[in-house]
Amino acid sequence: MQVLFARHHVRVYRFTLRLVRNEATAEDLISEVFLDVWRQAGKFEGRAAVSTWLLAIARFKALSVLRRKPEQELDDETAEAIEDTSDNPEVALQKKEKGAILRKCMDALSAEHREIIDLVYYHEKSVEEVAEIVGIPEATVKTRMFYARKKLAELLKAQGIERGWP
Amino acid sequence: MNTKNKEMQEDIELLLPWHAAGTLSRRDAERVERALANDNELASRYELVREELGEAIRLNESLGAPSARAMQSLFAKIDAEPVRTPRTSFNVAAWFTGFVSSFQPRTLAYAAGAAAIAILLQAGFLANFVMQDSQGGPTLASHGTPQNGTGAYVLIRFNPQASVSDISTFLAEHKASIAGGPAAGSGLFRLKVAEKPVGQAELGAIVKRMQGNPVVGFTVPAAQ
Repeated sequence: MQVLFARHHVRVYRFTLRLVRNEATAEDLISEVFLDVWRQAGKFEGRAAVSTWLLAIARFKALSVLRRKPEQELDDETAEAIEDTSDNPEVALQKKEKGAILRKCMDALSAEHREIIDLVYYHEKSVEEVAEIVGIPEATVKTRMFYARKKLAELLKAQGIERGWP
Repeated sequence: MNTKNKEMQEDIELLLPWHAAGTLSRRDAERVERALANDNELASRYELVREELGEAIRLNESLGAPSARAMQSLFAKIDAEPVRTPRTSFNVAAWFTGFVSSFQPRTLAYAAGAAAIAILLQAGFLANFVMQDSQGGPTLASHGTPQNGTGAYVLIRFNPQASVSDISTFLAEHKASIAGGPAAGSGLFRLKVAEKPVGQAELGAIVKRMQGNPVVGFTVPAAQ
């Protein structure tokens, strides 16, 4: 268990943190995820990669926590994520490099879109693996990623960055 | 026919993020490569995807790691669990067999590639050590070259399909050496590309040159 924890806990933590946006909650969740793994190790059938199995459990637990959160708290967090738009696009461009703006826009995406962007780009999950973790058909995985990127382009445009797509 | 071509083009476009991340099957990756070679517009959109990939990695890497509290909490909970009977105990051998067989070919390719590079690095270090030793006689460890010298560095992920020979040629062409990695999970290596620190523009030009090489899956400038 120590080896498994050492190998995967950072990535599971980052995935969970991006969903729940609270470090203490994310830390609590990863210990629960690995405890579940310890309890259910015999049930692991080896059909999927271990990291895919871990992320699926982490996602389920994170969503359970989010469902328990009061609406007000969620609204506050969403507002926090997209704050600081008082600068006009030109000033924003002068103040921050493009990469920083791109990261900020990624952070301002909806939880559903953040999740798929992270799974594909950072956790290097294939179409099939994302479908398994999120519990949606493979075709939906592709279109959800497309719409996440489209939304990202819209947010960038609002920040003064026109990428010529879509 | 036109409709069919359009559908195929749309399908290829949907696959670009997975192509950039290196998680497509060989067959799909070849389809995307062919389309990119024949369609400049698609190639420019692919550059946007690579840009997103780089920033998504930076964003996630900036999140840090959990404190020791998470591990302490986990093992305290495990200790508090009721003792298991042999019938329900965790079968390490079966789990390990399942664990290894669960790896996808791509993951195995990464692991094999990382192992090969590690062997190559060890060989390089040993050869370097022997050559230094033969030239200068016995030396104290404290007199050796510093591990973290100055220079210019990039972070790089090699294409899973790249062979060790391809990577060696690439490193020689760019007068680069592996300074660290692969980072756990991400497969990112730290490459030293110049002996002295260089400006952002020059480092950007080096990264751009490297990105044109099929051996490279993804690369960004590293902090100097």
